[in-house]
Amino acid sequence: VIVDVVAGILLAGLTLYAALGGADFGGGLWDLLAGGDQRGRAPRQLIDDTITPVWEANHVWLIFVLVIFWTAFPPAFAAVMTAAALPLWLAAFGIVLRGAGFAFRKEVETLHWQRLFGATFAFSSLIVPFFMGTVIGAIASGRVPANPAHTDLAVWTGPTSLLIGALVVAVCAYLAAVYLTQEASRRADHRLRRYFAWRAAIAGTISGALSLTTLLEIHSSNPALFHGLTHRALPLVILAAACGLAVVVLLATGRSQGLRALSVLGVAAVVFGWGIAQYPVLLPGTGLTLTTASAPHSVLVTLVVVFVAAVLLVVPSFLLLFSLHGHQLLEEEKRAAQEAEKG
Amino acid sequence: VAVDPWQVFFNRATLYETPHMILAAYMVVGFMVASVYAAGILKGHRDRYHRLGFGIPFTLAAILTPIQIFVGDTAARAIASQQPVKFAAIEYVTRTGRDVPEYLGGFYVNGKVYFGLRIPYADSLLVGFKPSTRVTGLNSVAAADRPPALTLIHLSFDAMVGLAFLLLLAGLWALLMWRRRHGLPRQSWFWWLAVLCGPAALVAMECGWIVTEVGRQPWVVYQLMTTSAAATTNGGVIDSLTAVIVLYAVLAVATVLILRMLARRWRRGSPAEPETGVPYGPPAEHREPTGREPT
Repeated sequence: VIVDVVAGILLAGLTLYAALGGADFGGGLWDLLAGGDQRGRAPRQLIDDTITPVWEANHVWLIFVLVIFWTAFPPAFAAVMTAAALPLWLAAFGIVLRGAGFAFRKEVETLHWQRLFGATFAFSSLIVPFFMGTVIGAIASGRVPANPAHTDLAVWTGPTSLLIGALVVAVCAYLAAVYLTQEASRRADHRLRRYFAWRAAIAGTISGALSLTTLLEIHSSNPALFHGLTHRALPLVILAAACGLAVVVLLATGRSQGLRALSVLGVAAVVFGWGIAQYPVLLPGTGLTLTTASAPHSVLVTLVVVFVAAVLLVVPSFLLLFSLHGHQLLEEEKRAAQEAEKG
Repeated sequence: VAVDPWQVFFNRATLYETPHMILAAYMVVGFMVASVYAAGILKGHRDRYHRLGFGIPFTLAAILTPIQIFVGDTAARAIASQQPVKFAAIEYVTRTGRDVPEYLGGFYVNGKVYFGLRIPYADSLLVGFKPSTRVTGLNSVAAADRPPALTLIHLSFDAMVGLAFLLLLAGLWALLMWRRRHGLPRQSWFWWLAVLCGPAALVAMECGWIVTEVGRQPWVVYQLMTTSAAATTNGGVIDSLTAVIVLYAVLAVATVLILRMLARRWRRGSPAEPETGVPYGPPAEHREPTGREPT
């Protein structure tokens, strides 16, 4: 039972990373696609305002997921890290370069340096979710062996991997555009609201199409998972589809209320749907299940205790951060500081 | 294996290793910040800003230095009893015995110490406060269970301890001058030393890490798992390490260049107007078209 609790914590962490970190990557994608300097100024400004106060906090969830994964399921963690070492390295490099580019581009003065660091940030925002998606695809399609000796291109370059890589990128773009639509609407900026609503609808449609294609591909690459998705996890799959449709309808009718919650619910339904569909298998195609791959009982108990303590510590801080951010108190401070600097 | 995860926090080594590293962190930051202002003072900026910028971090770090030396000494004695082979590597103790000498410096080749300053009985005295203290030597375990690169371990330990005493000296001199004149030292050699203190603290800390991590080889988990058993079976370790080093070297250069640029901007007195129409630029407040400047 406790192993199921830990697996649930892992999926919850993955959902939070997708919903917060994913939107962060998506912001970078829209920055990349915002066009020339005149046309792209307003959307880039909104993206920058939205990401700046929270972008480091959003990536805490990746660390959380990795720590839970390796502490609770060490053999599976070792197998994934070994077999998919290359895309994980590329994602890690992308994460480092992304942070550096984002921080540095604010400080440099000349055009070509701002372009270089800005492009580093935006391009990394594209490759990191893609490579992470390929690793998820490698696991879901059962290409990660139980005891791999070497990294192997075939593990993460199968059709399922490439599709899920593209799907993750599309979902990141979708989430970011949805959040930015709501943000623009809160600021009563109707031009930007239309700008991002239109992009959210496109990204949502592409995500939906890619999800369906992936589902069909899983039918051949991992029939057991397909069976789980269309039987045990079917309610969650339907929920995910319904959330996606509802968001597109809301966007089309110009409403913003509840957009964010619906989009996050949809992503959560996909993540938990995947988990429930392959339960209790941890690495499909191997003998590794939640039970056979789990750490000793004492470690799992400790993990749950630490998780509860962390939630008690971290959740209030996050709520404060998001609420300050939501009421634009952080921006006010920034402006005040800038005024003081000028004055 | 019976696993008790809480032992990560509550093991015997926590008691001395955790304060050792926390003190080291404060010392490195204190001496490093002080060393920047010491360089300014050497250039002739003896204003209140530079005096405070030097005085506050230097005082903190200098107070912690003797405490750190005491904690480190306690740690060494604990290691002598809990990880005797690591201790033997640190101190060049070839054979278990009494009346063990202490070596300062020196190279270890095939069981012999060359060019080291040999102080009779000193190692036994340091471990048990009397010459007859028995100290476990490298010969207590098979050759395969001894750490490699003994010279590196020993010289890193000596460098760490030597630099700690150099930092202690700098702090004592500043204290003496303060007692005598109620002011910062005037000797230019002191300010050169103060500039060196930052890098010295950093090097001492890194040497400490070399001692503890190379010294515990071949174990990654002491007496349970060797490092080679834990290592990845993937090839390309050198390739990925090279890639990481290159990446961080590039980032380090970029960071230094950007910090220098910020310093130049600060020196000019006013934040410069960035070029207008930048695709990846800072907030638009800075980029109002001319003619619409806020008054």
